[in-house]
Amino acid sequence: MQDFEPNVVVFCCRWCSYAAADLAGTSRMTANPQFVVIRTMCSGRIDPEFILDAFAKGADGVLVTGCHPGDCHYVNGNYKTRRRMLLLEEVLEQFGIDRKRLRCEWISASEGGKFVKTIDEFIGTIKKLGPIDGIK
Amino acid sequence: MGKPKFAFYWCASCGGCEEAVIDLNEKILDLTAAVDIVFWPVALDFKYADVRSMGKGEIDVSFINGAIRSSEQREMAELLSKKSKTVIAFGSCAHLGGIPGLANFWRRKDIFERVYESVPTVKNPEHILPKMESKVDGYKLNLPEFYDTVSALDQVIPVDYYLPGCPPAPELITDAIDAILKNKLPKKGSVLAPDKALCDTCPLADSKPDKLSIKEIKRPHEIKLDPEKCFLAQGVICLGPVTRSGCGECCINANMPCRGCMGPTKAAIDQGAKGISFIASILGVEDEENTSDEDVRDLIKQIVDPAGTFYRFSLPYSLLKRKR
Ligand code: SF4
Ligand code: SF4
Ligand code: SF4
Ligand code: FES
Repeated sequence: MQDFEPNVVVFCCRWCSYAAADLAGTSRMTANPQFVVIRTMCSGRIDPEFILDAFAKGADGVLVTGCHPGDCHYVNGNYKTRRRMLLLEEVLEQFGIDRKRLRCEWISASEGGKFVKTIDEFIGTIKKLGPIDGIK
Repeated sequence: MGKPKFAFYWCASCGGCEEAVIDLNEKILDLTAAVDIVFWPVALDFKYADVRSMGKGEIDVSFINGAIRSSEQREMAELLSKKSKTVIAFGSCAHLGGIPGLANFWRRKDIFERVYESVPTVKNPEHILPKMESKVDGYKLNLPEFYDTVSALDQVIPVDYYLPGCPPAPELITDAIDAILKNKLPKKGSVLAPDKALCDTCPLADSKPDKLSIKEIKRPHEIKLDPEKCFLAQGVICLGPVTRSGCGECCINANMPCRGCMGPTKAAIDQGAKGISFIASILGVEDEENTSDEDVRDLIKQIVDPAGTFYRFSLPYSLLKRKR
């Protein structure tokens, strides 16, 4: 899988993880660039439909990020996100999609380093898993 | 103008949708008085050749039920598409893939292996499986192709309208026929049912708490269901919040939760995803800040066969369409 360049979609909440990505950038940290960021107001806005749509359109992995528990700008959006992602994981397995292709991580606005580390780790995992099988 | 010409056809279906037409009871007499039925293999003796000999657009309306799972069904759907001015996908299977669409959680080879070899009551020492072509005593026999993936009707031919439901409720069918006869059909592409969620019309809606919180998930056979109380409030998964109304609330009235056969409202692309989103959002986890993923998972694991639950009628029409 040496030459495999995965398609990775990263959802970031405006208040925390997106700010962390920004911080990582302005601090000139480097990360594997094989991902696209989609910003939402809150991780609670990330509908399972978005994630399934990403997979259906060829994403090999989807990373969902948001504020730490207790820190959500809208009080409890991230709790719902966690429950949705954990349920979605079970459903993905039934669709033959390895649950490791969906990951959820809480990253605060000051954690530029964690953002970069999470990205590198996740892309590494997806590279190991290889490309997702299309509909045959 | 003569009477409009109707055709009825079934693809991968259980026969319930045909029954639903018969169940119009005396109204079926009004129907036969108002229209000419030019093709209806279940009820009347017509052959495929009769349809082939018709002119382009000769049939005014074709009602096609069932999903598309074989090449024969695809050919017939394509033929009817050519010969009809209007095509109506009739019932959940034609609309979204329906129950036969659940086969998309398997592959053709697994289905053949199960059905023709490993079912305990089957003995097949010669490993005979359906083949598209076989030779017997010098004769060549052909069978249609059994597709690996089941499709909804509009994934195979253009569909003008959808009559949802498993099967569609009698009022929806008669309303649709009325609309055809009075030339009052809505915009092409419409689903011929209200664009409202079932919870909005459910007789139990008043007993649905504003803030739902499910701490334990039950299946209908595991508890004594209270017929006066919203199923979700009893911890039983009901897909009313993510399902279109118009069925007459028949399951609810029979003390069973909604399984989602009417499909989603216009607000959703993927009914299953909406179900996942909604049910996850009302799971009751105490002191969530200090709860581990594992604890949340324990509650989620109480949902038996989540993909089958949320995509019971819509797997072929879902974003992922089938198992990878
Ligand atoms: S929609 Fe329901 S009743 Fe109609 S053919 Fe399919 S399974 Fe049968
Ligand atoms: S969740 Fe089910 S039982 Fe409750 S109001 Fe909605 S449709 Fe009715
Ligand atoms: S209650 Fe739900 S499952 Fe039952 S007929 Fe209505 S839409 Fe279909
Ligand atoms: S605002 Fe960041 S997770 Fe809700």
